[in-house]
Amino acid sequence: MSTIALTEAHQGSTATRDWSGPAPKRIVTGYGFWIFILSDMVMFSAFFATYAVLLGQTAGGPTGHDLFDLRNVAIETAFLLASSFTCGLATIAADTRSATWFQLAMAVTGVFGLGFLAIEGREFASLVARGAGPTRSAFLSAFFTLVGCHGMHVSAGILWLLTMMAQVVAKGFRADILRRVLCFALFWHALDIIWIAVFTVVYLIGSAA
Amino acid sequence: MLGKLSWDAIPFDQPLPLIASGVVALTILAILAWVVIRGHLPYLWREWITSVDHKRIGVMYTLLAMVMLLRGFADAIMMRSQQAIAFHSQGYLSPDHYDQVFSAHGTIMIFFVAMAFMIGLMNFVVPLQLGVRDVAFPTLNSVGFWLTATGALLVNISLGIGEFARNGWLPYPPLSELPYSPGVGVDYYLWSLEISGVGTLVAGINLVTTVLKIRTKGMNYLRMPMFCWTTLATNLLIVAAFPILTATLAMLLLDRYLGFHFFTNEAGGNVMMFVNLIWIWGHPEVYILVLPAFGIFSEVISTFSGKPLFGYRSMVLATMAICVLSFMVWLHHFFTMGAGADVNAIFGIATMIIAVPTGVKVFNWLFTIYGGRVRFQTPLLWSIGFMVTFIIGGMTGVLLAVPPADFVLHNSLFLVAHFHNVIIGGVLFGAFAGYAYWFPKAFGFKLHEGLGRAAFWCWLIGFYVAFMPLYVLGLLGMTRRMQHYDVPEWHPWLVVAACGAALILCGIVFQIAQLAVSIRRRAELRDETGDPWDGRSLEWATSSPPPPFNFAFLPEVSGEDAFWQLKKRASEQTGSDEKPEYRDIEIPRNSPTGFVCAFFATVMGFALIWHIWWMVAVGAIGAFATFVVFAWRDKDEDVIPAAEVARIDRSNRAQRRLILGEEAAE
Repeated sequence: MSTIALTEAHQGSTATRDWSGPAPKRIVTGYGFWIFILSDMVMFSAFFATYAVLLGQTAGGPTGHDLFDLRNVAIETAFLLASSFTCGLATIAADTRSATWFQLAMAVTGVFGLGFLAIEGREFASLVARGAGPTRSAFLSAFFTLVGCHGMHVSAGILWLLTMMAQVVAKGFRADILRRVLCFALFWHALDIIWIAVFTVVYLIGSAA
Repeated sequence: MLGKLSWDAIPFDQPLPLIASGVVALTILAILAWVVIRGHLPYLWREWITSVDHKRIGVMYTLLAMVMLLRGFADAIMMRSQQAIAFHSQGYLSPDHYDQVFSAHGTIMIFFVAMAFMIGLMNFVVPLQLGVRDVAFPTLNSVGFWLTATGALLVNISLGIGEFARNGWLPYPPLSELPYSPGVGVDYYLWSLEISGVGTLVAGINLVTTVLKIRTKGMNYLRMPMFCWTTLATNLLIVAAFPILTATLAMLLLDRYLGFHFFTNEAGGNVMMFVNLIWIWGHPEVYILVLPAFGIFSEVISTFSGKPLFGYRSMVLATMAICVLSFMVWLHHFFTMGAGADVNAIFGIATMIIAVPTGVKVFNWLFTIYGGRVRFQTPLLWSIGFMVTFIIGGMTGVLLAVPPADFVLHNSLFLVAHFHNVIIGGVLFGAFAGYAYWFPKAFGFKLHEGLGRAAFWCWLIGFYVAFMPLYVLGLLGMTRRMQHYDVPEWHPWLVVAACGAALILCGIVFQIAQLAVSIRRRAELRDETGDPWDGRSLEWATSSPPPPFNFAFLPEVSGEDAFWQLKKRASEQTGSDEKPEYRDIEIPRNSPTGFVCAFFATVMGFALIWHIWWMVAVGAIGAFATFVVFAWRDKDEDVIPAAEVARIDRSNRAQRRLILGEEAAE
């Protein structure tokens, strides 16, 4: 799509209520990525629904009340929320074209993300060690899949984060790189939103059940 | 080293699949050899395989669909002939093989014929109708196509290496769980759909964004052609429904690969949860397929009646109503689950309500034809055949929506007849109408009319002969998926149905002949105007085939039926001699990302099916590396210089003016 056509189309559009022509690339990219995030949330909603259905199906095994350590989960949550904040700082740094601050904020975001994954990994390992792995019961299958799917998203996010850091070093704040930074930020914040739901539905409701 | 893969995987003891897969492999090798020897490979690579042009990708989707139609139809004719002779006998297909045949038939026809055909037409047409130069995400579009092709490839590999699923087109547990389906068949099914599902999702996101954000100036929502509206509705459904399919199949994979307990009989697994989840995707899927077909019929009927679409706004409303309602009826696929009378009643009524907007559409089409100057050419024939057939299918659908009736007809051939009635009569006829209608736009020459008509009549009559007996058989109590039977009342009807399948085969032969003859005689079928049908929407405003940039100048739209308005205005101010000022046009640069990525996805899918773990890692790393390489490129657009744009556009305009002048002189 042509940028010339874009500017042409966008001029003189104020007089009428008519559609003013193809939207600029940044809008299109962000919009499309939002739609991807919505589709991703639909996928999570299937896992959430499954968890809700299977919550009581412990097959005589441990329940959420027996297994969940809410203090641990609170620390995890703090890590992820903090990483969202630093991710926001990285976006501001990119807006002001400050490479140093961008790299720093992204690095801290990545470290928080890794910390989150480490705590989650430890939790999973201890559950498996206690004989409460995903094959123990339908409830635990649903738990590991839902939380693990979020964890896989965070892992993919960290891979993407590292790629973006390298890209900014190699290419600078080019328009296409900035669009990708925007998408990455949307992705990272969306994982936070999903985690809030995980925290509520899986851990709070799950440990009450 | 090679996981579960060994020589045992090749079905040496079964001549049928062995010969079939051998012939397919030899054909592919022969075509490849021909391409390489004749030196077409660089051209194919440059102009098609790496193309990110929405028109090329649309054509490739459609081609994939047509090739897969042959495969799916081969399965169909095997089933019909098996059932025609399997009265008091075993027929020629063993139960094991027969079960694979009907599973592959359904999977291929839905995912790789109907879906691919519709996405192909949407890809090709929608940017042209919106008056723009490309879709929102051209490279992702290519990735989506090639991932779909990967899925199709994996399903077909199962013919020669290993086996395919034996549990129908939807892998209901517990039959699809490891203890009851220990082979690789279900894994072939699951991985090919997980991979092609990603491709479909990408296509959905791309087309939603395109319709909502990339329209030419003045193309307000209520000025969009009907096909763009149905594209929007369909792709919204794809975005909302396909992730559920991905999640559901992922859970089944976890059950099978890692011993989870989502759908198992033991440890608290819930079999009915699978059925619920799969139909929460599955029912919208029905509308994902049929809504674009409704759009095609709207375009065709309006064009060939020489009238604007009757009740355009009510059509938009009906489309969006179907889009929303389609998510509220999934339970009617399993009334017999035992959810209780109240739940069944609610879903039964919701199902009947969908018939209302659909009925609105049918009346709109009828009123569009009424009083028009109707030209009975192939696309319109398909549309009228559709209306008659689809209404019958729709009424048997409403009948099945009545829970007590469903308890009787559930799982019988009545149901099989019903969904073939709507899918063949609705989706496939729509695809063929669109194929005949837009073929001249894609290639610059029309399809042979006589052979097209012959194909239409064979298909239409063949359909009725093949499927009306199945309604009767359902009422006679014959259940679906029977490899043999011993009820004498059924036999004559099944023989008739087999004859119907033979008639449809004639239709397909005519279609192949039509394509071959049309290519041969393309000089006399050539259309220089770019507007062979006296069309009404913007795809007809550019040349056939359109230049890579579609439009030298983005058209400005001031009402519905944009191109019709343009033509009217042009004839009022005869011979406008404007000297337009051409500018450089940037078009997205071709990229092998999609192809390479799909190659690694194929490797990964195959390795996952056969538990070859090192190869899984190779595939995953390869796919990621492909994206990084893509992300590292510095130039993502090619520039077509103004002089070149001017040359292409002037010659197109001159040609068109010449023809218009001739017409005026007559």
